Amino acid sequence: MVAALRRLLPHLLPHLLPHAALALGAGVMLLPFYWMVLTSIRPPAEIFNVSLWPIPESFAGLANYARAASQAPMARFMLNGVIVCAGILVVQVLTAVPAAYALAKLKFPGRRLLLTLVIAALCVPIQALALPLFVGLAKAQLLNTYFAQMAPFFLSVFAIFLFRQSFRSYPDEVIEAARLDGFTEMEICWGLVMRGSLPALAAFSVFSIVAHWNDLYWPMIVVSDTALAPPPLGMLLFSDAESGADYGALMAGAAIVTAPMVLCFLIARRHFIAGITMTGVK
Amino acid sequence: MSVLDLALPSAGVPATRRPRAERRMMRRGLMFAAPAALLLLATYIVPLLVLGGFSLTDYKLGAVSTRFIGLDNFVQAFHDPVFRRALANTVLYAVIVIPCGVGLALGVALLVHGRRRSRPFWEIAYFLPVTATLVAMATVWQFLLHPSLGPVNAAIRALGYAPVSFLATPSLMIPTLAVIGIWQVLGFNMVLFLAGLTGIPKDLHEAARLDGAKNPIDRFLTVTWPMLGPTTMFVVVTTSITAFKVFETVAVLTKGGSGSETLLYALYLEGFEYSETGYAAALTLLFLALILILSIWQTLHLDRKVHY
Repeated sequence: MVAALRRLLPHLLPHLLPHAALALGAGVMLLPFYWMVLTSIRPPAEIFNVSLWPIPESFAGLANYARAASQAPMARFMLNGVIVCAGILVVQVLTAVPAAYALAKLKFPGRRLLLTLVIAALCVPIQALALPLFVGLAKAQLLNTYFAQMAPFFLSVFAIFLFRQSFRSYPDEVIEAARLDGFTEMEICWGLVMRGSLPALAAFSVFSIVAHWNDLYWPMIVVSDTALAPPPLGMLLFSDAESGADYGALMAGAAIVTAPMVLCFLIARRHFIAGITMTGVK
Repeated sequence: MSVLDLALPSAGVPATRRPRAERRMMRRGLMFAAPAALLLLATYIVPLLVLGGFSLTDYKLGAVSTRFIGLDNFVQAFHDPVFRRALANTVLYAVIVIPCGVGLALGVALLVHGRRRSRPFWEIAYFLPVTATLVAMATVWQFLLHPSLGPVNAAIRALGYAPVSFLATPSLMIPTLAVIGIWQVLGFNMVLFLAGLTGIPKDLHEAARLDGAKNPIDRFLTVTWPMLGPTTMFVVVTTSITAFKVFETVAVLTKGGSGSETLLYALYLEGFEYSETGYAAALTLLFLALILILSIWQTLHLDRKVHY
């Protein structure tokens, strides 16, 4: 038996070794997720139990999630996140698509300048603009509003860049023909050219939603009202208020905040990976 | 003769039609680009000019008087022990995250690339931290690394060592944040490397094998590594930008306490907690200069990297 194994091992090893290495790494990558879910269903009495055994002695998931939802307005945080992400995405698409179409297919004075500015703006992170934008919003008495949370992101230079790349390959003859058929320029832009770039739109949407759902920096600056906090800021306020005693509820809160993006990722893995990695930018 | 040649084609077109169509197209172009152009002005160009202005003054949000103080803010920054510590911390963080985040990702990508049936599973496992909300996961890490309640210290105790308080020992704070940073960036880099690996023609490996590169390490060094050059460069620059922007983990785990400020966190404190607007503007410009060096390179190479 041992001899047989010893004979087989040199053949099996090259096959097993990569899997073993990957499994070890994956264990480390997934440990926080596992620990989060496990703690969120453990009763407080079992907090001192540091074992990784998946089944708690008594199931306290409902109690933990209920405590998380009552100690912090979790539903409100999630709603805020949805409102902010949706608002940002809608305005980004509405402004970026016509601009990208104009840059790709129309001739107008200042076109080169606009394109140069768009590409230059790609290099500027939000953190560099935060201070003057904050002062402006403060002067306009707009802090602690949804508008303040969304405004800096209404223009996505990345969306313009991406859509322009995608629109350029749309055949000019089709546009010419549509013009002769009496289509308005708006109909051509949205109905023909944009419709031909739906994969780019899907990828950009994923990118935008993930980036803004997870963003902490900007909400931390313009929001101090708990009722307007998006999930990451809500999570931060929750964990600061929870001075470390109730880990069950804290982990339940973390699971609630993390769940939407993780579930979307598991459902639409390909789109997600394309959307997020399409950019190194931001 | 040549003048006549040039004049001829335009004479063939009805003189009134073309300029009118062109004018219409110009109007449309301006109309279509206008909303984006106005937003560009309002959210990028004006703020940057204002930022530059702030940095030369002692402006404090809400203060009654403001003086022009030239470059004093910048001089102050380089004498400010907090800013220098923040800079040193950020560099230390980057020095750990960049090589480990890139090297480990390359290793994982090489292993995952060879798997056929199990590839989706590994992709999910390694990419999951990228999509997860970092603030929430930082809270989980805090608990994982807890001196008495966390499994990491339980393992350390089981091996017979004294428990380590990773997030309360000043010398361990930045390295601990860096480990979390690597955990977060690894899957992202892996996917970029996987895309790069897919782009390497199969016959190149075959050719290298026939040329005597018998073992996988030789083939990696002669084919894969040089072919991955542009991808690796892109991954290094992208990881550097991410590393220099470290903020969330600091905000959740250390709050900049015990000398663990990073650039962005120090900047956040000056600008938004202490309302030292002028000084924070100068720090922002220094931060921007650092990021620009990297992001200009990255943007110039974005054209080739956009894939969807």
